[in-house]
Amino acid sequence: MLTIKNLHAKIEDNEILKGLNLEVNAGEVHAIMGPNGSGKSTLASVLAGREEFEVTEGEITYQGKNLLELEPEERAREGVFLAFQYPVEIPGVSTINFMKTAVNQVRESRGQEPLDAVSFLSMMKEKMKLVEIDQSLLNRSLNEGFSGGEKKRNEIFQMAMLEPKLAILDETDSGLDIDALRIVANGVNKLRTKNNAIIVVTHYQRLLEYIVPDFVHVLYKGKIVKSGTKELALELEAKGYDWIKDQVAVV
Amino acid sequence: MESAPKGLNEDIIRFISAKKSEPEWLLEWRLKAYRQWKTMKEPKWPNVSYPEINYQDVIYYAAPKQKAKPKNLEDVDPELLKTFEKLGISLTEQKRLTGVAVDAVLDSVSVATTFKEKLAELGIIFCSFSEAVQEHPELVKKYLGSVVPMNDNYFAALNSAVFSDGSFCYIPKGVRCPMELSTYFRINAANTGQFERTLIVADEGSYVSYLEGCTAPQRDENQLHAAVVEIYAMKNAHVKYSTVQNWFPGDKEGKGGIYNFVTKRALCFGDHSKVSWTQVETGSAITWKYPSCVLKGDYSSGEFYSVAVTNNYQQADTGTKMIHIGKHTKSRIVSKGISAGHSQNSYRGQVHIMKRAEHARNFSQCDSLLMGDKCGAHTFPYIDVENNSGKVEHEATTSKIGEDQIFYCLQRGIDEESAVALIVNGYAKEVLNQLPMEFAVEAQKLLALTLEGSVG
Ligand SMILES: Nc1ncnc2c1ncn2[C@@H]1O[C@H](COP(=O)(O)OP(=O)(O)OP(=O)(O)O)[C@@H](O)[C@H]1O
Ligand SMILES: [Mg+2]
Repeated sequence: MLTIKNLHAKIEDNEILKGLNLEVNAGEVHAIMGPNGSGKSTLASVLAGREEFEVTEGEITYQGKNLLELEPEERAREGVFLAFQYPVEIPGVSTINFMKTAVNQVRESRGQEPLDAVSFLSMMKEKMKLVEIDQSLLNRSLNEGFSGGEKKRNEIFQMAMLEPKLAILDETDSGLDIDALRIVANGVNKLRTKNNAIIVVTHYQRLLEYIVPDFVHVLYKGKIVKSGTKELALELEAKGYDWIKDQVAVV
Repeated sequence: MESAPKGLNEDIIRFISAKKSEPEWLLEWRLKAYRQWKTMKEPKWPNVSYPEINYQDVIYYAAPKQKAKPKNLEDVDPELLKTFEKLGISLTEQKRLTGVAVDAVLDSVSVATTFKEKLAELGIIFCSFSEAVQEHPELVKKYLGSVVPMNDNYFAALNSAVFSDGSFCYIPKGVRCPMELSTYFRINAANTGQFERTLIVADEGSYVSYLEGCTAPQRDENQLHAAVVEIYAMKNAHVKYSTVQNWFPGDKEGKGGIYNFVTKRALCFGDHSKVSWTQVETGSAITWKYPSCVLKGDYSSGEFYSVAVTNNYQQADTGTKMIHIGKHTKSRIVSKGISAGHSQNSYRGQVHIMKRAEHARNFSQCDSLLMGDKCGAHTFPYIDVENNSGKVEHEATTSKIGEDQIFYCLQRGIDEESAVALIVNGYAKEVLNQLPMEFAVEAQKLLALTLEGSVG
């Protein structure tokens, strides 16, 4: 589904990603961990098509297409979804209205009719249940005055609405209380199918107890320096990153 | 097309008056206004610049050819109806879908007033200004100029001299008008100025919601529009006046467009009367407009909700005046400016609490949203308090449309134009919410259209 080869990306002359390789297949869940500032969110931004980041080398193939040639909204319509580490506030625009616009534009790009009000509402009700989100929250201005946890839950609600092929969850667990973490993780698990893939960026092994990954990668200084299975996350939790940093230094 | 020769002199005014078979007193009124206008100077204080207007180069009267006066839509020249249809504001549609009563002023003449009979049953008078002069001269004579005196300002004086048509509305005591009343203005002919006059009289305890829409086709030359709207609200009356202004703004280089110099004022004469102005201003090359409320009655209140968008080389100097005269008078101002391109957008607002106005209250919120870095937003609040028993609050913010917000939308599959439309409509929501439903939808589309291509 997604193949990243030797990816280099910079922002304002700072090279952040320095030769990153990653292969993600349909049906897989990949966890990306790594110290603060190692480039996890940058990778997510590059995948989503944020203009500020310039790709200087390497390639990204997504479903057989050159992802880097697609505009951000085209990527989204092709099924790339990013749950933002810091969701953005849009005053005066309700989540419902926002999602109606998004869902219908995605449908339009696929040659489908826009959803009528009734179908949209029933779809929304169904997805609301999935993440146990309250409609009163969705009637409010998008993310404005939301608590940290509400913002994250709202991101997963949007993911559920858009049914992406490739979802990138950037620290969706941070700011969630223990119950919310379980609810959000369950929601994500329900969205997990043979046909889609999920990249989970996280600092904590706890999330991975709920969303069990097929692979765990360590991103450090702009590269994936170690990959393993879910046991790697446990090891990182116990030992921290120093031993990996040491290994990298030796190489 | 039937029109007067270019230029302005007493003969032209006589010509207009004669065309409309006006009574002598109205001709005299016009001539008096004209004589005053000649002694006045065009105001130079607005924050706009434009080449000198040659008032002798304007046609002051143009009427679309009509055989007989139309009684209903079916009698209206189909060509005219087609023009409306092209604009997406079809009278038939409006009539069918919304039950809005429409008076359409094309160039200078009123062409259709729908629902007249139905309103008449309630004693509501809603007709073209010319018709009102013929059929209700006593009302017109009593209230014309009672809110905006003929010599109030340069453009009001000009309008008083040459106004060609407009709408008249009277809501009798205790009547709640059951439908939105709507006037629709359009300038069609080249080199033509439009000077319509609207007079709304709301008798004690009455209510009316009034809508005004306007458009003009693209032309290379600038066209002049100087309208006057007067609202007279008696005891316990409530008038809501909404405008969606979409005059041609000029092209991307700033060529052409309407010069929109408008005087709108409401007199809250009676105790507990209330007038709300809501405006969505997207058009015109130059806008000079300050819908105001004179709060004379005790406990009377005035509201002003405005969204003014400027793009390319548009210039807007708009705002309001709230004059508190009576006790316990209240006013609320919510102004949302949006500037893009090379445009200049100024809010100019005056709040005047007079000596007698015990316990007056005002709240003003003036926000500016900038798109790009070549445009300007300016705020000129004038606050004048002569009685300290009340409360005046003023808040102002300036923000830029965020890259982050746009990217967030893009990431959800929303294209950039729609993203901007969404963000801007969200920003203007408090004002748009004041508009009647079907107008709000129209206004949202207009905002998006005006800002098309203004990011990136
Ligand atoms: N606009 C920018 N200008 C300069 N440097 C930037 C910019 N944005 C990000 N960076 C830098 O890029 C590096 C990687 O940032 P990134 O957000 O990808 O880290 P991260 O791995 O997601 O960290 P965290 O775990 O704290 O979320 C950091 O050093 C950061 O300061
Ligand atoms: Mg991050």
